[in-house]
Amino acid sequence: MAISQLQVPSWLEPFARLLRGDRPGEQIVKVLRHVGLPLLGMALFLMLWQSGAAHVNTSLGQLPGPAQVWEQAGNLKDEHFAEREKAVAFYQRQEARNAERMAENPDAKPRPIRGYTGKPTFLDQIGTSLKTVMSGFVLASLIAIPLGIAIGLSGALYSAVNPLVQVFKPVSPLAWLPLVTIVVAAVYTSPEPMFAKSYVVSVLTVMLCSLWPTLINTAVGVTSVSTDLNNVSKVLRLTWLEHIRKIVLPASVPMIFTGLRLSLGTAWMVLIAAEMLAQNPGLGKFVWDEFQNGSSQSLGRIMVAVLTIGLIGYVLDRCMLGLQRWVSWDKNAITR
Amino acid sequence: MAALLDITGVSIEFKTDKGPFKALDNVNLKIAEGEYVSLIGHSGCGKSTVLNIVAGLLQATTGGVVLEGKEVNEPGPERAVVFQNHSLLPWLTAYQNVELAVKQVFRGQKSRAEMKEWIEYNLHLVHMDHAMHKRPDEISGGMKQRVGIARALAMQPKVLLMDEPFGALDALTRAHLQDSLMEIQRELNNTVIMITHDVDEAVLLSDRIVMMTNGPAATIGEILSIELDRPRDRLALADDPQYNHYRHEVLRFLYEKQRKTDDSSAGRKPPSTNTSAATTASVADEDSAKSVTAESVSAVVTPLHKKHVA
Ligand SMILES: Nc1ncnc2c1ncn2[C@@H]1O[C@H](COP(=O)(O)OP(=O)(O)OP(=O)(O)O)[C@@H](O)[C@H]1O
Ligand SMILES: [Mg+2]
Repeated sequence: MAISQLQVPSWLEPFARLLRGDRPGEQIVKVLRHVGLPLLGMALFLMLWQSGAAHVNTSLGQLPGPAQVWEQAGNLKDEHFAEREKAVAFYQRQEARNAERMAENPDAKPRPIRGYTGKPTFLDQIGTSLKTVMSGFVLASLIAIPLGIAIGLSGALYSAVNPLVQVFKPVSPLAWLPLVTIVVAAVYTSPEPMFAKSYVVSVLTVMLCSLWPTLINTAVGVTSVSTDLNNVSKVLRLTWLEHIRKIVLPASVPMIFTGLRLSLGTAWMVLIAAEMLAQNPGLGKFVWDEFQNGSSQSLGRIMVAVLTIGLIGYVLDRCMLGLQRWVSWDKNAITR
Repeated sequence: MAALLDITGVSIEFKTDKGPFKALDNVNLKIAEGEYVSLIGHSGCGKSTVLNIVAGLLQATTGGVVLEGKEVNEPGPERAVVFQNHSLLPWLTAYQNVELAVKQVFRGQKSRAEMKEWIEYNLHLVHMDHAMHKRPDEISGGMKQRVGIARALAMQPKVLLMDEPFGALDALTRAHLQDSLMEIQRELNNTVIMITHDVDEAVLLSDRIVMMTNGPAATIGEILSIELDRPRDRLALADDPQYNHYRHEVLRFLYEKQRKTDDSSAGRKPPSTNTSAATTASVADEDSAKSVTAESVSAVVTPLHKKHVA
């Protein structure tokens, strides 16, 4: 395994072979297929976008093409750093004032430093969304995996839980959200809350929606542990816990990961919707604010957000895939 | 000699959708220590069921199994099982698969170093030293089965139970493994119950062949003692009249006395157009074809294998 990991990544292999002069004709075809075709697809898409956008006139002006969107991405980045500088300056001013006062009167107590309350930038919103989605996803997994194992092991529990799963699984996040919001408002009432209410609402909504793929796949993974392996466990007289730890869990790892990947995808989709509807900080709120704002730049900024959301979703999926490759013994189960 | 294993009056009924199904009826068998017994019979007659009852994986409806004076009522490592489809844990290497069993059986009895030595010794017995750190998906079917046997041997069972251990292998690999098994038997002299479909395999390996009647309510039809000197050599035995006599005895039982037909009511001749008659013929043909290949192959295999062992 160590050796195969040291090899070049598969998409680089044709290049490496080309350099080595290993059947050049074949390698060129491979390069064209794996690098040329995606580039061609991308170029075609950009051209269509550019020419199509020119014909769409909205209340906020013409639909932006790729160039304008790129420009907005740059603006958003600049705004972020400008905001950071402002924050730094803000703190420096306070410290300077404190120092001055101490110089005048050494007995005076320094005033407490006030926190900077600027508007969160696009990058801040990305950070918030990522933190929220991971919290919801981890929480969902912590519930779904043990529950899935229990359901998979016990036919009775399966019969009891299955109807509930089937009913709750298709519920849209938009339906959960009002309910969660009200319940959190009623139940989560500590005077000094550790987490913001909006964060708790988003996390719970994400959890409620992303629970099911992991739950179902884990249960299926556990039920499909072969009778032969179960018999091995019986012949060895493994205790219940050892049976779970040494047979059931490893045997269902591939299915658990399939579920986790689906769950993370769902979690990300759900989160954006939840943030948008509930005005909870994050990328969804960014999109909503731009929509309400309705300046000439808004469309471009929304498009930047859409592309960012897509890109992050893709990266999250790749990360899960990488983790699955690393952890799972069944290398054949992982295709795409 | 007192019997090590005593199967007495075993019957079993499965509950099915169509009511109870009596698979076995009054099976009686005594097996002495160090004896190698084969179970042979048509598919579906209940061989695996007998083995699973001895293993403790199934409970007999009436009757029971006694091992060294103690009744068997749950599975345990003193009755290790080699399954038809190796049933190795795919996420563990060959070594780790055996290790799982050894740690479980010898916990508190062997030190870490002793366990390692014991695992390696058993893998060596089945000629798997060179690939013991490979995972099941990295080794061939025959090698997987070898590891499965090593795992069972490593439990140091009182009775070794094997359900068609070589059933899924090609003739060449099967011959290799049979030779390995005979070699191991010479060294360890285990008590073995093996299920097989292969007449040659049964005669070559066994001290006794237990032939089962067709189900439902299958039982033991005949028992054939194989009195051939050990070590047995498949090449020399091919022309041995005694060996061929045993083969014919088993074949006669399977294809004359226990013809596998859908129409099981005795005395009624199936109509010539009946497909079951055709099926019977093809089964017989298949078997003779198989035994011919096994023999012709063994001529090539044995010297090769000897070389491999040496
Ligand atoms: N759990 C079960 N429930 C119902 N019927 C069963 C069960 N297990 C086995 N049987 C039936 O009992 C009979 C004997 O089955 P068994 O698996 O022991 O046959 P076998 O001789 O091992 O066949 P093969 O050579 O094909 O492996 C078959 O008719 C089978 O359908
Ligand atoms: Mg069977």
